[in-house]
Amino acid sequence: MLDLLVLVIRRDLVLAMRRRADVLTTLIFFVMVVSLFPLGVGPEMGMLRKMAPGVLWVAALLSSMLSLGRLFSTDYLDGTLEQMMLVPQSLSMLVLGKMAAHWMVSGLPLVLMAPVLGLQFDMQAQALGVLILGLLLGTPVLSMIGAIGAALTLGLRGGGVLLSLLVLPLCIPVLIFGTGAVEAVSTGLSVTSHLSLLGAMLVFALVSTPWVTAQALRISME
Amino acid sequence: MLEVSNLACSRGDHRLFSGLSFALHPGQIMQVQGANGSGKTSLLRTLCGFMMPDEGEIAWRGERIRDLDEEYYAEMLYLGHLNAIKDELSALENLRISAGLSGIDLDEKEALAALRRMGLRGRERLPAKVLSQGQRRRVALARLLTSDAGLWILDEPLTALDVGAVALMQELVAEHLARQGMVIFTTHQPLQVAGVEMCSLSLS
Repeated sequence: MLDLLVLVIRRDLVLAMRRRADVLTTLIFFVMVVSLFPLGVGPEMGMLRKMAPGVLWVAALLSSMLSLGRLFSTDYLDGTLEQMMLVPQSLSMLVLGKMAAHWMVSGLPLVLMAPVLGLQFDMQAQALGVLILGLLLGTPVLSMIGAIGAALTLGLRGGGVLLSLLVLPLCIPVLIFGTGAVEAVSTGLSVTSHLSLLGAMLVFALVSTPWVTAQALRISME
Repeated sequence: MLEVSNLACSRGDHRLFSGLSFALHPGQIMQVQGANGSGKTSLLRTLCGFMMPDEGEIAWRGERIRDLDEEYYAEMLYLGHLNAIKDELSALENLRISAGLSGIDLDEKEALAALRRMGLRGRERLPAKVLSQGQRRRVALARLLTSDAGLWILDEPLTALDVGAVALMQELVAEHLARQGMVIFTTHQPLQVAGVEMCSLSLS
């Protein structure tokens, strides 16, 4: 089981490294969107500091949508997904591997980039720390929920827009608690409740989404 | 042994075939024949479990494939219209990864030997995107050499292959049947296997 997980993650990472442009577009999109806000809103520090967590989270949400379409569609088009359905091991495990690789390629770089971008908004060190922690817990959930949508919209024309319409509403709780944690720390409140809720969502997603995605893939392959 | 009883399949509202029954025993090969659109690919995809049949049962060694699921997949190998080859990976990487997914740990030497037998000497480490259609098909067919599955389900295995590769394919099928393997396939080109009686199934 673990062999399969490692094999799939390694395969998807190698493929991502050979198609670096795809990876970079997500990251550059994130940087661009976040950087546009200080330019558009103006250099008023108080306001920037207040809107920073929201802007960073929404940008992370949108840029993770950007790469979701490719999660299964390239494998679907060249027939590898067909072969993956015939793997004599758990399909949920394989799907979990693909989700993990997707997060490493499109979620983790955003988390690492966030502190630099946070500085543009004059965020304090403590708030930055909580933001990173929140993103670290939240972005894997985005990848996992997104995978369900990607599996359901597989092979549909205009699936990209439909995918966003399906997935974005489901990501709202992650957004609320992610930004809530940063707001809490800047007003001097405890962040544990927000972060524990994000952690709970992560655990729940880890347990349930691979299975749901596997079923959605079986439906899409018919 | 693969047993199909009273199988019916449709695409949308269009009934492709119904009341289809046959059995495939070890050492047997069956060619599915029929005009374009008669449901050959749908039949093979149903046998793989991608599509649910409208009616009827498919049984492998006496048990329904839907109940067997992963056990059945360990004993079958499907090659579809699509080669399932990643353009960014080399022929060698493609073969090793697809073997790994089927649970076979293929070392580099074995993989190279399989690719060379398929006539890809010197092309093993090239990215698949620079290979020709026929060569890509050969990479896909190399999986037949590395798998120990008893049942081969081949959808148009001979497309894009040259005369030499077709002869090689006949050799591989003959070896597989001699090992008491089973083959069910579709083709529009003749595939002769010496010393074996070919069952044929016509869809109309």
